[in-house]
Amino acid sequence: MKKTTTESQGRKGKPDKGFSRRSFLGVGIGGGAVASLPSGLEAAQAAAGGRTLGPGPVPIALRINGKVHNLNIEPRVTLLDALRNHLDLTGAKKVCDRATCGACTVILGGRAVYSCTVLAIEAQGKEIQTIEGLAPAGKLHPVSSAFVEHDAQQCGFCTPGFVMAAKAFLDRNPAATLPQIERGLSGNLCRCGTYIGMRQAVLDAARQMKGGSRA
Amino acid sequence: MPSKYDWPVAGKRSLIGKRISRLDGPAKASGAAKYAYDVNRPGMLVAKMLFSPHGHARVSSIDTSAAEKLPGVRAVRVLKAAGTELNYHGVEIAIVVADSEEIAGDGVRKINIKYEVLPHLVKEEDLSKIGNMGKPGQETTVGNPDQAFGQADVVTHEGYYGINTITHCCLEAHGQVAEWNGENCTVWASTQAVGRIGGDMAKVLANDPAFKDVKPASIRVLTDYMGGGFGSKFAPDVWGVECARLSKQTGKPIKLMLDRDQELLAAGMRPSDYAKVKVAAKKDGSVVAWQSESWGTGGPGGGQFPGIPYVFTEIPNKRTRHISVATNTGPGRAWRAPNHPQAAALTMCALEDLAHKLNMNPLDFFLKNVGLSARGDVYRAELLKAAELMDWKTKWHPRGQGGKGHIKQGVGLSIHTWGGRPHDSDCRCIINPDGSVQVQLGSQDLGSGTRTVIAIVAAETLGLPLSGVQVQIGDSNYPPSGASGGSTTVGGVSSSTRRASVKALDKLFEAVASSLGTTADKLVARDGRIVVEGDPAKSLTWKAACAKLGTKTISEIGRQPMKDEGTLADQGVGGVQMSEVEVDTETGIVTMKKSVVVQDCGLVIDLKTAESQVFGAVIMGVCSALYEERIFDQQTGTMLNADMEFYKLSGIGDVGEIVVHMMNIYDQRGVIGLGEPPAISPPAAIANAVTNAIGVRVETIPFTPDKVLAALEKGGRG
Repeated sequence: MKKTTTESQGRKGKPDKGFSRRSFLGVGIGGGAVASLPSGLEAAQAAAGGRTLGPGPVPIALRINGKVHNLNIEPRVTLLDALRNHLDLTGAKKVCDRATCGACTVILGGRAVYSCTVLAIEAQGKEIQTIEGLAPAGKLHPVSSAFVEHDAQQCGFCTPGFVMAAKAFLDRNPAATLPQIERGLSGNLCRCGTYIGMRQAVLDAARQMKGGSRA
Repeated sequence: MPSKYDWPVAGKRSLIGKRISRLDGPAKASGAAKYAYDVNRPGMLVAKMLFSPHGHARVSSIDTSAAEKLPGVRAVRVLKAAGTELNYHGVEIAIVVADSEEIAGDGVRKINIKYEVLPHLVKEEDLSKIGNMGKPGQETTVGNPDQAFGQADVVTHEGYYGINTITHCCLEAHGQVAEWNGENCTVWASTQAVGRIGGDMAKVLANDPAFKDVKPASIRVLTDYMGGGFGSKFAPDVWGVECARLSKQTGKPIKLMLDRDQELLAAGMRPSDYAKVKVAAKKDGSVVAWQSESWGTGGPGGGQFPGIPYVFTEIPNKRTRHISVATNTGPGRAWRAPNHPQAAALTMCALEDLAHKLNMNPLDFFLKNVGLSARGDVYRAELLKAAELMDWKTKWHPRGQGGKGHIKQGVGLSIHTWGGRPHDSDCRCIINPDGSVQVQLGSQDLGSGTRTVIAIVAAETLGLPLSGVQVQIGDSNYPPSGASGGSTTVGGVSSSTRRASVKALDKLFEAVASSLGTTADKLVARDGRIVVEGDPAKSLTWKAACAKLGTKTISEIGRQPMKDEGTLADQGVGGVQMSEVEVDTETGIVTMKKSVVVQDCGLVIDLKTAESQVFGAVIMGVCSALYEERIFDQQTGTMLNADMEFYKLSGIGDVGEIVVHMMNIYDQRGVIGLGEPPAISPPAAIANAVTNAIGVRVETIPFTPDKVLAALEKGGRG
């Protein structure tokens, strides 16, 4: 199928030295990045002295947008649900809930991840950046403002995920070309059909971020 | 008759028709925008539903006691008691309300239910296998088709075409949060009908003695932002009514949003249509006769006649018959331009095949026949413009000449029409003594730019910058405005906003005229000032003028429709699309290269969001032409791809170049909605482009690689 082809090209092409949320999550093959990330789950288990965690609520600490939040949640709670249901950080959206659409994208330890497919306990010990932490209150990150300027959004439900995916991608690929951007953002989906504005927005954001206005 | 409400003429517009960024863009792009799904209320419970895993079954027994005993479960409600028939995979059976989403899910799994599985039908394409599930409609005949087909000098083509069912796949699932305060309920809903669903909910609830005092006005609906509807979110739905009921029962706010699988199974689909078509033209290309036997499904309720032949409605001799097929699949709902994409696909593909048989370039063939439509001149101008933008003359080639290697090129076209009569709308324009302005409508912004359009119209009318106007929508307490569907919103809200703003401004003029030594009729508002016309030295800033109101606030209602207050909006448009594709005959993969859209749309309020609407319509069309299909298994009666991994949408790299040309020359007609029309032609135009590329017709949409390869196998690889 067409999309699968695109994605596998994206992995093979590796314009970004191993960056791929799909491969990071181990969805499909070629997960070169998986091993390189420390496992938050292992860390959590180690902290628990090798005991099994749960099934009841357990204390966890998440470092989100520079601030530590202590929560008491079940180990099965995903990072997305922890953000949305326990911390009222609702910028990341729940859509497919199966690591396909990217509406839940956040940046975990510098890499874009599908937060619907990361357990909150696994995300401990790493810096979590959500769309709420992308720019100071009342200001827009260059990626967000480029999305506004180029009308790269309609209903806006996919937008925070795309903004985070684009931000993470541009951080690693500041000189990305349009074909590279298309591969880099192929893990996110929009239903309203805002891709035309989005192409321009991400190219424009790349220029602006290089120009020194990077947040 | 000219009216003071008329739109300013082209040279005198400061905001209308410019490229203006959507006002809620920053809130959306920074994650601050709160959708129904994002509403978290103090003490809120979460509900989840049990739905049928079968295509057709009956509930034999249902026991919820284990679920009720689960710690954290607050309520369980059975919607389909033992003995109830379940008509499709995904139909709701019971609801569990719990302290958390996770526990609600546990509760659903604890429900002990047994089913009697019944015979089902989930596939409708093969008429020989639908048993007694088809309901033939009446045959309709115009002219004398038999005689027309029998003439010696006509060329006749017969073909089979089809377009499958697809889902809406709204990214924000259907659902809401409901919260009671005494006898009043607030519902934060993901809806296209803020002003309607509260009343609809109240009517259903009032059948329950516990809710006998609930009135339509008791339920307030709020929709600040909503994550896509596309025609599927007009009703409160079972989950809306039950969310409100259970919220009252538990005394707590409840959030009930559909899970993705149920969203794709039950929350909306576009009906299918298939047709055997016979069509004939004289040797000069003039179409003289059409005959079709069509069928399709809209789920358990069957499917409507799509209205074919489409656009070319004046073909002199016609015979049509439609069979409505009831299937055990999630029910149809309005889907962006209901019936039109299907009708376009069946009609434009048959006509293109006839052009091929006549050895005619389809562009010439369509130009020859657009007189058989209601707006031949519009289509003629649009076809020529589109051909220029596509470079059709260079790119079109006879079939079988798509290129030497395994990558074949092709172009195709389609034309479409849509109504879009402006919906009824009331708008309240408030001018305060401090100079602030509020514009209030019980409307909603689906992402189409409604909020921005309202602000532009009010600011233009009042001579203010956009920042001088606060738009307040998404609340059923505001003056009633229609549901957003069928491209009716922009005409409705822009008309009512214009009238309300003119009326409010008149009141302001009356209040300040004497202080400027003139009469109200000599005043104009521009550039943030109230100015004496012809004597610009005499003026007041907007703020100073409003200060003269003292303690009085101006509040005026504008309405659509209003017979005596000018015609500000219209209905009825035509549009043309051309598609260019590449097809890999080794893999069967179709790649979009370019789409050209030439669309008649009347007066454009915001060119930027209007273009986005068109881009989006084309991209949704690409999704449905190449990727989207509900895949059903006739063995089990279930949908196999109720997820987003295998129910495919296009990604950012899959849509090719899109060129949009608005036919603004019609702007004297006023505002005409743009949501549906450009969403109609893409599947048909892409179908014809694929055929042009590979030389054979792939009969049914979507053009997935397996079907392209099968058509090549059958038709020869040229």
